[in-house]
Amino acid sequence: METHLPILLIAVPLVAAPLMVLIGNRTLVMILSIAVAWSVFAIAVGLMGQVLEPGNGVIEYALGDWPSPYGIVYRIDSFNAFVMLFVSALGAIVLTYAPVSIDQQIPRSKHYLFYTSYLLCLTGLLGMCVTGDLFNVFVFLEISSLSSYALISLGKNRRAPLAAFQYLILGTIGATFFLLGIGLLYQITGTLNMADIADRLAIANTPRAQLVAFAFMTVGLCIKMAVFPLHTWLPNAYTYAPSVVTSFIAATATKVSVYAFARLVFTIYTPKFAFETLPLGEVLTVFALVGIFVASGAAIYQYNVKRLLAYSSVAQIGYMLLGISLATELGLSAGIVHMFNHALIKGGLFMVVGCFALRIGSVRIGDLCGAAKTMPWTSFAWVVGGLGLIGVPLTAGFVSKWMLLKATMEQGRWPVAVLMLISSLLAVVYVWKVVEALYFSEPSEKAKHAKEAPALMLVPTYLVIGLTILFGCWSVFSAGLANEAAKALLMTSMGGAP
Amino acid sequence: MTPENLIWISLLLPLLAVVLIYLFGAIPNVREACTIMVSIVLFAANCQLAATVFDGGRPTFELGEMLPGFDIAFTVEPLGMLFALVASGLWILTTIYAIGYMRGHHEINQTRFFACFALAIFAALAAAYAKNLFTLFVAYEVMTISTYPLVTHHGDEKAKQGGRVYLGILLSTSIAFFMFAIIWTNEVAGTLDFVKGGILTQPAIDGKISNNELAVLLGLFAFGIGKAALMPFHRWLPAAMVAPTPVSALLHAVAVVKVGVFSILKVTVYIFGTELIQTTSIGSAFSQVGMSDWLCYLAAASILIGSIVAMQKDNLKARLAYSTVSQLAYITLGAALATQSSVIGGGMHIVMHAVGKITLFFCAGAIYVGAHKANISDMRGLGRAMPWTFGAFLLASLSIIGLPPGGGSWSKFFLAMGTYESGHTWLMATLMISSLLNIAYLIPIPIRAFMTPKGEQPMAYQEAPMMCVVPLCITAVGSVVLMFFADGIYHVLLPIVTP
Repeated sequence: METHLPILLIAVPLVAAPLMVLIGNRTLVMILSIAVAWSVFAIAVGLMGQVLEPGNGVIEYALGDWPSPYGIVYRIDSFNAFVMLFVSALGAIVLTYAPVSIDQQIPRSKHYLFYTSYLLCLTGLLGMCVTGDLFNVFVFLEISSLSSYALISLGKNRRAPLAAFQYLILGTIGATFFLLGIGLLYQITGTLNMADIADRLAIANTPRAQLVAFAFMTVGLCIKMAVFPLHTWLPNAYTYAPSVVTSFIAATATKVSVYAFARLVFTIYTPKFAFETLPLGEVLTVFALVGIFVASGAAIYQYNVKRLLAYSSVAQIGYMLLGISLATELGLSAGIVHMFNHALIKGGLFMVVGCFALRIGSVRIGDLCGAAKTMPWTSFAWVVGGLGLIGVPLTAGFVSKWMLLKATMEQGRWPVAVLMLISSLLAVVYVWKVVEALYFSEPSEKAKHAKEAPALMLVPTYLVIGLTILFGCWSVFSAGLANEAAKALLMTSMGGAP
Repeated sequence: MTPENLIWISLLLPLLAVVLIYLFGAIPNVREACTIMVSIVLFAANCQLAATVFDGGRPTFELGEMLPGFDIAFTVEPLGMLFALVASGLWILTTIYAIGYMRGHHEINQTRFFACFALAIFAALAAAYAKNLFTLFVAYEVMTISTYPLVTHHGDEKAKQGGRVYLGILLSTSIAFFMFAIIWTNEVAGTLDFVKGGILTQPAIDGKISNNELAVLLGLFAFGIGKAALMPFHRWLPAAMVAPTPVSALLHAVAVVKVGVFSILKVTVYIFGTELIQTTSIGSAFSQVGMSDWLCYLAAASILIGSIVAMQKDNLKARLAYSTVSQLAYITLGAALATQSSVIGGGMHIVMHAVGKITLFFCAGAIYVGAHKANISDMRGLGRAMPWTFGAFLLASLSIIGLPPGGGSWSKFFLAMGTYESGHTWLMATLMISSLLNIAYLIPIPIRAFMTPKGEQPMAYQEAPMMCVVPLCITAVGSVVLMFFADGIYHVLLPIVTP
């Protein structure tokens, strides 16, 4: 059983998803899906434990016992184990939070479809992490993307289908670019196994084809990561999707794409190729910084809290890319730990917004005015989560900021460090804009008659928000795992035996 | 009890108070009794700790790694001990005063108020005990956040605006400058521990950091520690005056602002080292100036401008706020001069100014509770009705000005010695002019209050409740008594500046 954990991680939700359609009963589907999501999390924890066992390091699982590189292998090191851990954790927590929220936002007749798509999306995201086969990454990318288009279009607002369509067009372009890159790599190396591609690329004498493949895959993934200026799909998608869907996708989807991108740069290609032959470091730094400033600036001017958080997400992706673009162990650790911390913070904040949406029926700042009087717990959760987003000490956001700052200063890149610090002040503005509305404004009509969110939603929300505090105080755990992950990633790029 | 245990106990006590306050939130008498009990126990614990520290002991307590390579750890040294004693001692009095004030005023959300107060005290103690810059920074930020609900306590538009300036300036300076300076220091020195003699001396000799960079780093610290209210980043302090008066008294005359100047002193003494600051000069080959000279001038300007602005304020709390800005710059000046006397004078001024200024704020609050007057021009003749309050005001004013029998005369004396020792003798003139300005804006207040113009009826007000008046009398007497204990403080602080 233990040796089969890698495949169970995928098989369980993948098999469960269509079962939900067959079952169809709303309550039963809900209970089953939540059970599945939590068991997936348990499997991810088990895998993490196996990877961290001394002397273990990497788990290889050959599907159907076909030896690599002929068959598909699932390959797990401390990097993807870490990503899978928090993706599955948030997947489970958000799904526990979901029932009350979707009851209001999605017609009951479609609930089983929601659970099906949700589980499929989770499968896709975990699959992208677990697999060691490049074409398999594409397959799972499409599974997660298609199901997320479906999830977004479930939104009540009439603009939700349009937002989903917009995402579908851009997402498909991204995925197609990625596939083109895979095709070129297959042409060069004749294999789809990532480690095998890496070995053969090192001796292949086809610089132009390699460059083109790299370019296609980078741009494709940048669309999925929502790197500025390829982020245009994200604000609408996050704004019009049902609250639960936004919480889940915002916490996980972009991070998994960042994971795939890091694999591309460090495992398949080499940092030497990306950062010395190509000026990827400089380009990424520039796009990341411009993106941080533009998106944070845009967030300040939003009147819709969901859209505000969406722009903030675009900015935060910039911080992750900054870490990766440094290509040092410390920089990578910072980027990876920010993936984790931001997943918690943004997931938590979107859950808070979901609570407001449920009780107030709107997420416009004007309607949230004075909600602290009627919804004190929810409002306080926003304050705590917001402090995390700003990066105040003792919150998770501080950990990433500190590590990233240290990594840039270690490289002597103090202009980047200065810009980063200034940009983080913009977060103060957009977070506090909402805090002031909640606490200091005259209550709006809608907020006056609102009730506190139900415990079924508050408890999971506070669980996530509490985790941001926990990993702010006890960051040796998260930063330690991120450091292990960075080491694992750099080791693969050394050409060392995986 | 070993001193090591005392450290974590006294850190835990305010947190315990937070829990108790929320637990008994519905029963105000029990809630306040708990706060007072905890504050008394805390002060006792601090006194016991002080016995060890002033004997030369340096108890250490390590909580553990928070980030890889960065510890939360505490070591108590004399400067921090002195600050902790002041903060915890005055917390008892402020709590008693706050009960009178908050109830006399029928304020809402008193539970939140007392809880945040205790949290701020926790942060002040953590900063006072900090073993390294990282711990200090964390405590500093916790303090900013925990005092925000106190500043915006009234929850109206004015509170919102004040809170915005407060949080905006304190957070942005600490993130943009302070945090940057800390990481830079860590990069250069490889450690963030407070070490006697400084940790930057060796890197400066090794050429890891040039003299000009040292001056920039000092600037990042001086401006980054926004709580020291060095001009031009002082605006948050007047803005914070929208808070209820007990907050202005303990936090914006003692705990918060003193964490600022305390941090600056700590950085100059334990990170740079006074010797490094004195011997390093910057500039071209033709004209060389000391690396901290600019900071001396800026602090001197802050002293004078603060006093001049204070003179123009009719609102008593606003006048006291600008007076605080000016007085804090004395301490920054003491740090920037970096001589033996100036550092001791700065450290001593933390104590003297704390006791004096808290009295003045207590008085301002008592006047507001008793007579509902906030503007100085309305206080004419009020002294007859409120003799205790205005008598205390007069005594504390003497201490702030630096006239005997006020304790402040000693700290200002040592600061003046410092200007002489460092060769900036003309800065002494600044100190003297500022003292004159202090007289001009403080003394007329009690004088006018006691001198009723002929033909006017004495006002029909009476003193504020006992809970308000007794604490302010105690602190006023304290500010005089300290005059006779300056010797003790001098000897306590001497070890931190002697090699």
